[in-house]
Amino acid sequence: MRGSPSPNQSHRSTMRRLRDDIIPRGRKLLRLLVLYAILLALCGFVLLPVSWMLTAALKPDSVPFYSIPPDWFPSEHFEWRNFETALLDPVRPFLRFTLNTLIIFGGNVVGTIFSCTLVAYAFARLRFRGSGFLFNVLIITMLIPWQSQMIPQFLLFLELGWYGTYLPLIVPSFAGNAFFIFLIRQYMRTFPRDLDEAAKIDGCSYFGIFRFIILPLCRPVLAVVVVFMFLGSWGDLLGPLIYLNNTDQFTIAIGLANFATRYSPNTNLLMAANLVMMIPPILVFFFAQEQLIGGIASVGLKG
Amino acid sequence: MERREERVAYLFLLPWLIGLVVFIIGPVIASLLISLTDWNLLTPPNWVGLKNYEKMFSDRDFYNSLRVTFRFVILSLPIYTVVGLSLALLLNQRIRGMYFFRTVLFMPSVIAGTAVAVLWSILLNPDVGVVNQVLQSIGIAHPPRWLASRDWAIPAVILMGLWGVGGGVIIYLAGLQNIPPHLYEAATIDGANPRQKFRFVTLPMLTPSIFFQLITGLVAAFQVFDVAYVLAGRGGTRASALQFYLLNVYEEGFQNGRFGYASALSWVLVVIATIVILITFRTSERWVYYESEEDRA
Repeated sequence: MRGSPSPNQSHRSTMRRLRDDIIPRGRKLLRLLVLYAILLALCGFVLLPVSWMLTAALKPDSVPFYSIPPDWFPSEHFEWRNFETALLDPVRPFLRFTLNTLIIFGGNVVGTIFSCTLVAYAFARLRFRGSGFLFNVLIITMLIPWQSQMIPQFLLFLELGWYGTYLPLIVPSFAGNAFFIFLIRQYMRTFPRDLDEAAKIDGCSYFGIFRFIILPLCRPVLAVVVVFMFLGSWGDLLGPLIYLNNTDQFTIAIGLANFATRYSPNTNLLMAANLVMMIPPILVFFFAQEQLIGGIASVGLKG
Repeated sequence: MERREERVAYLFLLPWLIGLVVFIIGPVIASLLISLTDWNLLTPPNWVGLKNYEKMFSDRDFYNSLRVTFRFVILSLPIYTVVGLSLALLLNQRIRGMYFFRTVLFMPSVIAGTAVAVLWSILLNPDVGVVNQVLQSIGIAHPPRWLASRDWAIPAVILMGLWGVGGGVIIYLAGLQNIPPHLYEAATIDGANPRQKFRFVTLPMLTPSIFFQLITGLVAAFQVFDVAYVLAGRGGTRASALQFYLLNVYEEGFQNGRFGYASALSWVLVVIATIVILITFRTSERWVYYESEEDRA
C-alpha cells in the first residue's frame, strides 16, 4: 500500500513537514525572539538610568526634580545652562576639577611609561641572576592590599612637606606599577629574540635596543596602559581625598563626592556634574573599546 | 658580556627597586610598628604594645564594619559570578547586532564608582525614585526602602555593582572564546546534548576565568571605599549600614587622627583578606581545571 495515493497521504506529509521543518524553525525563531527580548531589556537597564539622568540634569530649578511617572527622555526641558553652572560654579568649579584631574593623569602617564617600560624590558629580555625571584616579588606586590601601606605613605609624604600638593599622587608612578609592568612585560616577551641579537651585533647598547627597537614596538600595549590609567586616575577618590586639602586642587571625584554628601544640592546640578564625570570615560571607552577589551581579556587569560 | 648584561638589567630595574623599598616594603614594616603606638600627629608617639589590637574587641565600629564588609563579600560574589557568567553566555551567541549589545553592556563598567554611587543614590530614592516607581508599576506595592533601610542598603550597593558587571564579562567572554572548538566537536560525536556540553566542556574550561574573577573580586570587595564614602557620608542609618571596613579605617586615621589605631585596623584587614584569599587558592586545586595539566600527564 505504501506509496500509493490515499486520503491520508497529504495529511501525513503535512504532519511530517510540521515536525521536520515548521516546528524547529518556529522554535528557532522563538529562541531568537527571547534572546533579543532579554538583550533589549538589559540595554534598557543600562541606558535608561543614563537618559533619565540627562533629563533630570536638563530640568530648570523651577520644575520638580522627581516626577510621577518618571521622565525617561529629555522632551520638555532643555536647561543647558545647568552644565555651565556646574562647570563654572565658584564654590565647586567642575571645570577646574576636571583640569586638575587631567594634570594628575598627565603626571602619571609620564611616570608610568618611563618606569614601567624600563622595568618590563629588564624582566622580558635581559638575563640576570634573581630574575625569577624578583618577578615573583612583583606578582606578590600586586596582591598586597594598599591599606597596609596607606598610612605610612601618608606620614612619609607629610614629613616631606608634600601634603596638599599633587606630588604624592604623581611621584609614586615613577617607581612603576606592578600590574602595568606585568602587562608590558608579557607583550615584550612576544617579540623574536633575533631582534636584540642583530642589534647587539650592530653595536647597539642595551639602552639603544630598548629605546629604538623594543619601545616603538610596544605602542599597542602602551595604549592599553594609558587607557587603564585614565580610568584609574579619573575615578580615584581615596588618594586625592587623603592628600588634597584645598578646593582649588580638588579632583573631579572629590568634587562630586563632596557635592553629593556635604551640601544639600540642587539635584539637577548634581546630575549635571555627575554627567561631567561620566562622559569622558564613556568617550574613551567608545574610542578605545578594542584596546580596552583586548587588554582586560589578555590579563584574564594570562592571570 | 654576561656580567655587563646583569649590571644593565639592575639599572633598568632601579626605579622599581627603589619604589619597592620606599613605597612598599618600608611602609609595610612601618605600618606594623605604627600600629603598636598611639601616633596622632599632635603629640610624639608612645609605644603602647598590643593595646590598639585589644581595643578592637570592644569597638562597636570595628565589629560593625567587619560585619558590613563580610555581608557584602558573601552576598555579592556569588551574585556577580552567576550574573557575569550568564551574561557572558548570552553575549557569546552568534546573532545579528551583538556588537551593539556588547558595547552597551560593557559601557557602565568604565564609569567611576563615585559617579555610579551618586546616580544610583538618586534612582533608589525610596519614595519618589525611579526604581521604586518601576517596581510599583509592575505590582510590587511596597518596594524595598533601599539605602534608607538597614537590610536593603547592601543589596542596593550590589545592584549598583550589577550595573557595571560587564567589565567582568569581558574576562569570561575571552575564556569562552578560548575554548578549542574540537572539544565541542568531540562532545557532539559522543552524543552530548547542549546542557551536557555546558556542564562537561564549557564550565570546566571556564574555571580558570571564574577563579581569576573570584580572586580579583575578593581583593576588591575587601577594599570597597568610593561607594561607601559617597553613600554613608551623610550619616544616619546609611552610615552604619554601609560602614565598610576601609571607610572605618579612613575615618579613624584621616578624620580622627588616630594613626596608630587605624594602622592596627588595616593590619587586621590585611590578615583577614590574606586568609580568605589563601583558603580560596587552596580550594581551587579541587575545582579549577587547567588544560596544561592534562598535557603533562
